[in-house]
Amino acid sequence: MKAIKYGVVTLTAFFLINHQPISATEQPSPSTLKASIGRGKELYLLQCLACHQVDGGGVPHLNAPLDGSANVKGNNKARLIKIVLNGLKGEEIEGEAYGNVMAPHKDLTDQQIADILTYVRNNWSNKASQITSAEVKAIRAKNK
Amino acid sequence: MRKIVSLCLACIVLLSTTVLAADSTHLNNQITVKPDADNAGLKLLPGFGALKVADNLGRTRHLVVNAQGDIYTKIMGRVASEKGIVKLHDSNGDGKADVITSFGNYGGTGIAIKNGYLYASSDEEVFRYKLDDKGAVLDTKQPEKIITGLKKGNQHETKSIALDNDGNIYVNIGAYSNSCQIEDRTKGSLGKMPCPILDSAGGIWQFKTSVLNQTYAQGERYATGLRNVVGLDWNSQLNQLFVMQHGRDQLHDLFPELYDERANAEKPAETMYAIKKGTNAGWPYVYYDPELNKKMVAPEYGGDAKKESTDPAFSNPTMAFPAHLAPNGLLFYTGNQFPEKYKNGAFIAFHGSWNRAPLPQAGYFVVFVPFENGKPTGKWEVFADGFSGMEVVTGTRGAAHRPCGLAQGPDGSLYVSDDVKGTIYRIVYNKETK
Ligand code: HEC
Repeated sequence: MKAIKYGVVTLTAFFLINHQPISATEQPSPSTLKASIGRGKELYLLQCLACHQVDGGGVPHLNAPLDGSANVKGNNKARLIKIVLNGLKGEEIEGEAYGNVMAPHKDLTDQQIADILTYVRNNWSNKASQITSAEVKAIRAKNK
Repeated sequence: MRKIVSLCLACIVLLSTTVLAADSTHLNNQITVKPDADNAGLKLLPGFGALKVADNLGRTRHLVVNAQGDIYTKIMGRVASEKGIVKLHDSNGDGKADVITSFGNYGGTGIAIKNGYLYASSDEEVFRYKLDDKGAVLDTKQPEKIITGLKKGNQHETKSIALDNDGNIYVNIGAYSNSCQIEDRTKGSLGKMPCPILDSAGGIWQFKTSVLNQTYAQGERYATGLRNVVGLDWNSQLNQLFVMQHGRDQLHDLFPELYDERANAEKPAETMYAIKKGTNAGWPYVYYDPELNKKMVAPEYGGDAKKESTDPAFSNPTMAFPAHLAPNGLLFYTGNQFPEKYKNGAFIAFHGSWNRAPLPQAGYFVVFVPFENGKPTGKWEVFADGFSGMEVVTGTRGAAHRPCGLAQGPDGSLYVSDDVKGTIYRIVYNKETK
């Protein structure tokens, strides 16, 4: 875990030196995105795969699909972060009810949540912007 | 290739002559149903054929066939007005439903016919409709509500039903939890002791068929320690209820230091129980390991993947099946159409797994278990396969069809419902093609 954190720090430092500084609103460079997706994939396999499946298709009527979901690809990053932090149950998604519960994943670090969500937003047919650990941190601070 | 072609030609010639011969021995009032050319997409054993009775009906769950051959099937989920139960009628005898009607304003899974009544369940209640002497519902708008107020949680909410020959109805009330953890489906969370869910769920409840508005107060907890049962049947030969339990999920996700991904995919067994009043199958405290053939202490309750449960309170299964295949239909075959070995044996519809990832998924088939003297002979075999339309199911979403309900027709045909596309299959045995 520490290694990953240091990796991110050095990588960020590298970009700060070699390129223009990254502001919070700016899109991160492709290589940080790629690294985040790579870490996110490992975490997805451990934490999410059982229910959301290899193809991200979920299980009809049981576990919501992540592939192709407008929510997963959408701009409401706060909602996605909160779902991973707090879990979800009994909520209809686009008119569909799901007969399973998703447990909270509060034990994941900000960076891990950012990586997993960045991965699911950029895998299968999904394509969407990165979620950063800073964004997760901000939501977690307001989340009780 | 040429050999196969000529063999096939020979078969067709043989077939048509035998069919002609068979026809001439029958009176002309019965048109024999013909299997679809592709057996409705199913892989069957030699001598069996299948046809699609109907298609695209919605989420068709359990089904039942009346003495006239009409099919009633229960639709799950939120249903449109008067679309909760679909009736299929075949007016020209070709086996294809040509009059399709519907009624009922509640979604659900359970449906059965007994002594002139059609019974059907929502996820909280059970209703019954009086049938006329043609097996048609007399009043589709005003069924009698016989059971009400059943617990419905966020998981395992469907209510399956079976009836005995003494005026009782058995209702599965599934546990609204995976393994009764303090935090459901959360890594490392321990089990509640005792599990409070078992007071009103996680078992089979018995009610009277002819009393209105029964609640838990009038019902009796007939069997407990059953996480979730979808397939169940009253075995009239043994005068006994049999159920198929869906075993618990996620041993690896929740206790990764005790179970690897392979163990997660292969454990625990899906289990069949012969129920007696008071049977306790042991959920959530134990699970059945199909590799060790033992009841094991669940990791939420002090188990370590190796600790066997010796608690005499918990019953052994009648038979164990591979993990996570999701048995959704059980039927004891009493017909005369199929060969002798099928008589009194059990058909089981396995809906197909999701909890085997990252390993390929499994199930999505109907199996047969031969019974002798009320006991399975110890082997099960795949009877009908190919529902998913895939060689290997990697993601559950890709399965084209998933078998769910089973029913027997008056002529001994076996009916299978699919709750993905709403296809109703009819499997027949054609002695001539043996
Ligand atoms: C135990 C099964 C399970 C696990 C494990 C699981 N989920 Fe879920 N997830 C669900 C279910 C069930 C829903 C739908 C819940 C509802 O509708 O109430 C869901 C919904 C979601 C949604 C909302 C989808 C949408 O379209 O709005 C997201 C995002 C999500 N999960 C992400 C994840 C991530 C990321 C992980 C891994 C950290 C994960 N889930 C692990 C079962 C699970």
